[in-house]
Amino acid sequence: MASAEPLRRVPPTEHGGFGRTVVYEREVLRHGVGTRVVHWLVAITFVLALVSGFAMFSPWLYMWLAPLFGGGPLTRLLHPWFGIAFLIAMVFLLRNWRDVMRWGADDRRWLRRLRSYVTNEEKVEPEYVGKFNAGQKIWFWTMVISGVVFLVTGILLWLPGAFGRTAAWISYFFHDLAALVMLGGFIIHIYEGTAAMPGTFRSMVRGTVTEEWAWTHHPGWYRETTGRDPAADRAAAEREQGPGA
Amino acid sequence: MFDEKTLQIRSISAHPGGAIPGKGAQRTLEVCKLMDTTTCIGCKACEVACVEWNDLPFETTTFDNTYQTMPDPRWNFWQLMRFNEVQRTDDGSLFALKPGEEQTGTLMWIFRKDQCMHCADPGCLRACPADGAIVQYENGIVDFQQDNCIGCQLCVSGCPFNIPKFNQTTKKVYKCTLCSDRVGQGLEPACIKACPTGCLQFGTKEEMKHIAENRAQQLREHYGFSKAGVWDPESVNGTHVIYVLHDVTQPELYGGLPAKPRIPVVYTAWKYFLKPLGLATTILGVLGVVFHYVSYGPKRPQPEPPQKEEIRGQR
Repeated sequence: MASAEPLRRVPPTEHGGFGRTVVYEREVLRHGVGTRVVHWLVAITFVLALVSGFAMFSPWLYMWLAPLFGGGPLTRLLHPWFGIAFLIAMVFLLRNWRDVMRWGADDRRWLRRLRSYVTNEEKVEPEYVGKFNAGQKIWFWTMVISGVVFLVTGILLWLPGAFGRTAAWISYFFHDLAALVMLGGFIIHIYEGTAAMPGTFRSMVRGTVTEEWAWTHHPGWYRETTGRDPAADRAAAEREQGPGA
Repeated sequence: MFDEKTLQIRSISAHPGGAIPGKGAQRTLEVCKLMDTTTCIGCKACEVACVEWNDLPFETTTFDNTYQTMPDPRWNFWQLMRFNEVQRTDDGSLFALKPGEEQTGTLMWIFRKDQCMHCADPGCLRACPADGAIVQYENGIVDFQQDNCIGCQLCVSGCPFNIPKFNQTTKKVYKCTLCSDRVGQGLEPACIKACPTGCLQFGTKEEMKHIAENRAQQLREHYGFSKAGVWDPESVNGTHVIYVLHDVTQPELYGGLPAKPRIPVVYTAWKYFLKPLGLATTILGVLGVVFHYVSYGPKRPQPEPPQKEEIRGQR
């Protein structure tokens, strides 16, 4: 089975020689160092902005969350800067994934079978699912659109002296709304990336997934990167596993 | 700051659930400032008294060819006399005097003392996200507690009168306290004490309302101001600063006094109803993924170990 010896090193081409990704036998590279670093920068700044923001979102959360940042005034002072950091990280993520996240006819097809996806009716994803499925693309573009909403409304809320009271209370509504949508998506994102799909989390920390993971969840992408047939490889693996399957 | 025995708290900003200390423990009368705009002489003694009593640092003022000290109140200047020139018809109706237009009525120079109105339903308190940064006392005074203020300035956008002012250095918001420190000790506010004509009066809301209505009636019946009346807007459930106006149908002429001040709807419907609902829905999302895992389980990479049995539905 898997050899302990690293067989293939991925040349660190992205972001000029920073970091290292080791791909072992029977594994596929999913996220390079650059992608991973940017993802975690987005994640950390997002959580900081989210938690500090929700301190001010509701009186019911204020007493719980404001002390995490050193009290109300400091929470209010830091929140916009967390937001700015998040948006800067998002710009890099957008640059990184803009093309691969492009919406297409296959994504509409995928959405029509959302119900069977959620209830695990089918164990293997359809052939047309590429590097990211429609759900992941929706989350990505929700982040991008919300980011723009946060930026515009955030600045209006940050400097009410310059933009006026009406702008502030209208922004208050849309800033909140975007936060609720993001929180909802965030919960699903964490679940799908960890418990719901074993073998996914490692792709965002060490960069690789197993071949089994790849042909099961993203067969189109498996074909693209390895040049092999996902269904045939899976059938071969089933035969190898022996009868009873 | 104040004697807790005399200033009972009615509501606290962003204070979730639970009892508000002292609420309803004692009987308290609502207080009120009354300004009779028809007897004011524009001497600004109230402005000076306010700055002096509250020990506010004074800054250079702007001169823009009026008697008005500055265009708007500041964080360190809580009450401002507004000077306006208007016209009057023979029946005492007021209308605007526009520059460049010919004067058709009788010229009138009117004064209004502008400060926090201490609304019964305060928009600032509704908008505030910081627990205890704004309190409303049983006597109707709305008071900012700078110790708890986080400097977000949402109160500025919640106020229909553009009263709270932000201090860039301390990152806190300030406004008229209705001299809660004096009132708590049984004294009248500093501005009232300084007024030489008696156009400013202080007492219970009921009493002030009574005096104001009487004065308005007098103006209507004996002074030819057929539209004289009392400004005490219903849209914020009344205020604890009320005015006798020459023409109650034209409050805007008195330096932009709104006829129907309104709290932005996001600070009522959205903040107190839809937001908690939205948050509860998101919490359901957490429960959703937990129970999804429990009832449907993970998607495992294929092939997985051979299945022995698959049980569908509840059993």
